[in-house]
Amino acid sequence: MTSGFVAGGRGARRPVVLLGCLVLAAGLALLALLLGVSLDGHLELLGGDALAPDTMAHTLLWIRVPEVLGALLVGGALAGAGCALQALLRNPLAEPFTLGISSGSSLAAVIAIRLGLEGALGGIGVGGAALVGAVVTLIVVSQLGRVGKTLPPATLILAGVTISGFCSAASVLIQSTSGLAETGRMLRWMLGGLDSMRLVTVGYAAIPIGAGLLVLGAYARELDALAAGTEAAASVGVSVGRTQIVVFGVASLLVGAAIALAGPIGFIGLVVPHAVRALIGPGHRALIPASVLAGGALLVACDTLARLVVSPVLLSTGAVTAVLGAPFFVAILMKQKHRAAMWS
Amino acid sequence: MAWLELSGVDVALGKREVLRGVSAEIGAGEMVVVVGPNGAGKSTLVRALAGLVAPRAGTIRVLGHDPARAARRTIARELAYLPQAYSLAFPFAVAEVVLLGRYARQSGLGTASAADLEAARAAMTACDVLHLEARPFDELSGGEARRVLLAQALCQGAKCVLLDEPTAGLDPAHARRVFQVVRAHCDNGATAVVVTHDLDLALRWGGTMWLVADGRLAARGTPADVLGSAATRAAFGVEVHVGALPSGERFAVPR
Repeated sequence: MTSGFVAGGRGARRPVVLLGCLVLAAGLALLALLLGVSLDGHLELLGGDALAPDTMAHTLLWIRVPEVLGALLVGGALAGAGCALQALLRNPLAEPFTLGISSGSSLAAVIAIRLGLEGALGGIGVGGAALVGAVVTLIVVSQLGRVGKTLPPATLILAGVTISGFCSAASVLIQSTSGLAETGRMLRWMLGGLDSMRLVTVGYAAIPIGAGLLVLGAYARELDALAAGTEAAASVGVSVGRTQIVVFGVASLLVGAAIALAGPIGFIGLVVPHAVRALIGPGHRALIPASVLAGGALLVACDTLARLVVSPVLLSTGAVTAVLGAPFFVAILMKQKHRAAMWS
Repeated sequence: MAWLELSGVDVALGKREVLRGVSAEIGAGEMVVVVGPNGAGKSTLVRALAGLVAPRAGTIRVLGHDPARAARRTIARELAYLPQAYSLAFPFAVAEVVLLGRYARQSGLGTASAADLEAARAAMTACDVLHLEARPFDELSGGEARRVLLAQALCQGAKCVLLDEPTAGLDPAHARRVFQVVRAHCDNGATAVVVTHDLDLALRWGGTMWLVADGRLAARGTPADVLGSAATRAAFGVEVHVGALPSGERFAVPR
């Protein structure tokens, strides 16, 4: 077979895009580590003295290291989970928020703050609760959406939207019955952010996120086949029920770990897979790693913007991703409408 | 030994009983054409053979396997299925869609081997879609898409092929070519079950014809015998005329 037997020129583009995403993520991470705002309000880059111990630059660098690593991890996890969920549900608008995982996780975190568990488990009480909340939401949504042994996309999304609405309302009710200080902390957490990240916490989160992304990569061919629906996938040999359970479970673990680390960060799981798919096509063997790298790069960029735009005030990273992501979401909707009109 | 076996098969979709008491066998090299009116249960019959819907009663065997219970990868190596409807959520290219048919024969990360690529090329050539390899699948015409999906089913390398209306939307030349390709596949030892509404092509190319009416196997035999039977007239509500051209070629038209 000739080398021309590939997908419309996208095959040749894939290694270039993958390398580009890697360089972009590494470059932005380095820039984010070095870039800051001086006391007189100007942008400045840390110099060589950042490598020398006992200097202000060195201290600044080590404050930023966990934040940047955390952004890479969280962005990669959310983008990888977004890829998987969109393929699994055959829905380009599927992402952790659509399925209620984010809302369930947030509700658990709000309850933890209300119960004063912020200091529990060595300071990871709220994050741990968020992770548990994501897993519990996964179980509830999958049981509600299950029909026989399969998880039909329509019922799963209906279940997700229902649970999401319930969890959001419950979070608001808890906030409205909490004290001012608690409410402030809840709001701060629900806006999402990577500041005051600790290196040890990032290390803990790296284990499930790394393992989860490897599992998703191993299921790339199954996700390709599922783009044609469960029956078509089964007829070419895919074990549909097992794939749905594993991928949905792993995606939820990734989202739970990401939310535990940084709070609910929206739009990365939606925007990044779409942008990367437009460049290299829908094949998941390239799409998943490229999206993970691009997701990490985008969150590092958003987090750096949140830190620098109105320095010394820290904006919410989640708000920055939402502001940048919302127009993209609208563009996808418009494209879907155009496509639907073409087929009607 | 029969490759495909149905014994007293009842299938229900929800509470609706769609197939009742279907028993039949298909051996190596046979090409069975399945005809019948809309809603008679033809598609459900091939979906049951493919293991995509489990029978409520009776047994189905595909080369000795129960297709609804065996591992999907095992079944896909023995049996390929072309569904009546197929839509992709994302714009895969034609070559990528055809290569999905090789899933059951790949291992590890699923990188296409030389054998996979060769099988895909041969199937695409047979179905006249090689020139479409780089086109997005969702931009194809209905007829082109059916030919691509037939190529996917053929490149699966299975002994049994189940095709649900493979000529829907095809022009006469391509429809004829589809039956030629399937016939050649059977002449090489494979088995095919083809659901079709094209009675003329079914007559010309089919080895055995099954008439499905009201969820039952109402008649089976040679295509000429079945099409000329009272069961066919009762099922369709019209008589089917089977004649012969001066060249000796037979044809079938509803009167």
